[in-house]
Amino acid sequence: MLKGLMFLCVLCSSVEQKIYVVLNETVPCVRLLNATHQIGCQSSISGDTGVLHVLETESDLDWILSSGPHPPYMVIMETAFFNRSVMMRMKNSSRVAGVAVIISKTGLADNFSPHTTCPNQNTGVYSESYGSDLANCNGTVWNPLGNGLSYEDFSFPVFALKDENQTQVLRKCYEDHNQRVNGSAPQYPLCAMQLFSHMHAVTDTVTCMRRTDLQNRFSINPEVLCDPLSDFNVWTSTRPLNNSAKGHAADESVVIAATRLDGRSFFWEQAPAAEGTVSGIVTLLATIQALYPVTQEAPPPRNIFFSFFQGEAFDYIGSSKMVYDMEKNDFVIDMNNVHSMLEIGQVGLRSGRSLWMHSDPVSRQNKSVDTEVSEEEGKLSLFSHALSRSQPLPPSSFQRFLRARRIPGLVLADHNTSFTNRYYESMYDDAENLNVTYPPGLTPDEQLVYETDAAKSLAEVATLVARSLYLQAGGEEKNLNNITADPKIVSHMTSTNTHTHTLTLTLSLSLSLSPSLSLSLSHTHRHMTSSHTPPVTRFVQYILANLTGTVTNLTESQCQNPSELSTENKDLFSYFWVSGPASVNGTREPFCVRASVRLSKAVSPAFELLEYGSRNYSTWTESRWKSIRARIFLVASRELEVMHILIKNLIVSMIFILIYNNACLSYFTPKRQNKLYTAFFFFLHI
Amino acid sequence: MTLAVFFGCAFIAFGPSFALFVFTIAREPLRVIILIAGAFFWLLSLLLSSLVWFIAIKASNSQDPSLQRGLLIFGVFFSVLLQEVFRFAYYRLLRKANEGLAAISDDDSSAISVRQMAYVAGLGFGIMSGAFSMINVLSDSLGPGTVGIFGDSQYYFITAALMTLALTLLHTFWGVVFFEGCEKSRWWVIAAVVSLHLLVAGLSLLNPLYEGSLPPVYVITLLMGVWAFFSSGGSLHSLSALCTRKT
Repeated sequence: MLKGLMFLCVLCSSVEQKIYVVLNETVPCVRLLNATHQIGCQSSISGDTGVLHVLETESDLDWILSSGPHPPYMVIMETAFFNRSVMMRMKNSSRVAGVAVIISKTGLADNFSPHTTCPNQNTGVYSESYGSDLANCNGTVWNPLGNGLSYEDFSFPVFALKDENQTQVLRKCYEDHNQRVNGSAPQYPLCAMQLFSHMHAVTDTVTCMRRTDLQNRFSINPEVLCDPLSDFNVWTSTRPLNNSAKGHAADESVVIAATRLDGRSFFWEQAPAAEGTVSGIVTLLATIQALYPVTQEAPPPRNIFFSFFQGEAFDYIGSSKMVYDMEKNDFVIDMNNVHSMLEIGQVGLRSGRSLWMHSDPVSRQNKSVDTEVSEEEGKLSLFSHALSRSQPLPPSSFQRFLRARRIPGLVLADHNTSFTNRYYESMYDDAENLNVTYPPGLTPDEQLVYETDAAKSLAEVATLVARSLYLQAGGEEKNLNNITADPKIVSHMTSTNTHTHTLTLTLSLSLSLSPSLSLSLSHTHRHMTSSHTPPVTRFVQYILANLTGTVTNLTESQCQNPSELSTENKDLFSYFWVSGPASVNGTREPFCVRASVRLSKAVSPAFELLEYGSRNYSTWTESRWKSIRARIFLVASRELEVMHILIKNLIVSMIFILIYNNACLSYFTPKRQNKLYTAFFFFLHI
Repeated sequence: MTLAVFFGCAFIAFGPSFALFVFTIAREPLRVIILIAGAFFWLLSLLLSSLVWFIAIKASNSQDPSLQRGLLIFGVFFSVLLQEVFRFAYYRLLRKANEGLAAISDDDSSAISVRQMAYVAGLGFGIMSGAFSMINVLSDSLGPGTVGIFGDSQYYFITAALMTLALTLLHTFWGVVFFEGCEKSRWWVIAAVVSLHLLVAGLSLLNPLYEGSLPPVYVITLLMGVWAFFSSGGSLHSLSALCTRKT
């Protein structure tokens, strides 16, 4: 394969192309900081170089860590060895220059979760002052399979190898040059790899933001070192709320239905989060699809507020921001408007059709709260089971609402005590983990509309949630039979969410919004980044607009400035200029959609309050970097390098001996050049 | 490949020419001028020949490797011929300049002899040729990798440096012999220089078969050195006299 690459290069005369093979698809692990720590990986500023070694067996591990004669090593780690004990040994060794992990399903352990055992333990509702016997997972350990790798600090770069062809190139180079023959060490030249992932931020958020502030204030060309994690929450409601009237909304009693929008893993922007997040998103979207028509025909007394929170993996960024805004009267509703809350947690792996309702035992010590919660449980009790009064809430956005006020609420999940998700917040939490399987022989188009078992299961949950929300909002029982989630829509959403397809056929709509932010979900990351809006926020926003919005006959300019028209109300609705479904001959008819879907900023209140060391709010920031890349090449032995120097010295000495016979060149040299000569001689012998 | 290789190759390729420059040319401004002008002439010849090659490449089918190799060989030989043409042109220029220098000097004789001009011009050609061959390779030798991942020899850097050294010395010797031949109107000398230059260029095309290119080139360098020595007025007698004289 390498010879083939070389043949392509028959006319390229660049020496650099003879030496280096640049790896194109790089998936790094980056550095994140919070108020007190830094986590993630770091390389040195000019990259870390090491001799390649493939870690397949225990003897390989010994070779790398103690007996190999060519340290430092760049470890190519098979999937089975990517666990806590091996990574900790690597971390403590000085012979490891970096790690490249092969991501594949072969050799994958039965479980792998790089998250902590007790997610978000310091920013939930349980603390010393509230349910202290339940704090820090004393009551229930939610993620017992978690090994905490995502929260360790590595001083060498760790990359992921997802592309099979690239992994093959690395293996070939290793087999050609670095393989041990009968236990003896391989000979030079050896295949080596260099990884670049230098991170600018160090220590913690406080330090990094202080340095950034100094730069911004005093430098002509300020260099930002880190960015707070930020994005947008998506919310909508069955009755439109006036977006310009902040604070308490008069005569509004609201039932909140919430779920999370984000996920994470050890590596940057890799977070399929199928069971962890997508199951919740899809369920809530299907709930809205089922509920919305009925709430327009026979509106219940209370408003239903649907909310998708972003950044929940990092100490509840989105929900803490919304609660903060509510308390500061900076949001369309405030805490007095909230009647109750229902959150959808991880609901994808329902075995035996059971669903669990989690409630907070501490707030239920209050009689009125207790009765409300019991009522709520009653409405959901068709398929779900209530839990014992001593069990705390799982990690959920509802905990942040409880921190502000003891409102009645429930969290729905498919797990009783600890997560059933064995790959929580890891790269392996994908469609296979959700058991999304298709019968063989289906084309991608057919797969899009095929009703998988997973889709049917989620549709059932969505129907249940929709009906109970309707009852919770005070609606009448006779309308309940009209509320059913369509498994087709659910399968549509699961197939595009959990597979790496571009979203061209989704819901027969392809959307574009000026200035041309076309939607393409080409990979399913929903990691919260600090720079741009990830596709999933837009995805949810537009699907909601499609499900709850109405088509208007406004022109494009009217759609962008609806306040000029008296019939349209920019305060109550958002307007989207949409490019419509593709017709038979390929043309599209764009139109304007009016929906009450809004985005609200999801950045931690700690950054607004400038409390970078805050204990109450999330303080997560992501470091900035200049270049992240990888390349492989051969390295020569020390002896060869020394040979270069020796030959050089030989030649230079010969010349000087010739010149020293001044007489030989007496035409040219004046006398008395000895000083110059001696100085020169020594200089050239370095 | 690291600093050791960088310095090693740099001084292998440029050490002798640098020493020659410092000890024989640097103190005389006229020689410096002739050296730099000589380098410029070589640069001009390279520019023109590379223009021709570039046009040929663009006009041809870039997908055919044998055609591209053929065009490369054509480019090399054309460049050699053009270099020798420019060497001749430089000779003519220097002859003209010599008359002018003699006219303005105090004692009606030129400050510099044709033989010295020949040596300096040849060295100028050699230094510039070496620089163009070697600088690109040197800058890549600083990185952590060495040549070899695509199957090339790992002795790439040192052979490039040795070849550059040989070529620099060859240009110097050719300068001396060529100018001598032009002075004495011995056209067979010029033909010999041109054909030897073509031979060396052809041998370099044998790379990466380094055994086939480097030893013959060094043999030719040695022979040319001897020829240049005798051509510029040395003799066996003077050689033995020099080397037995006390330093």
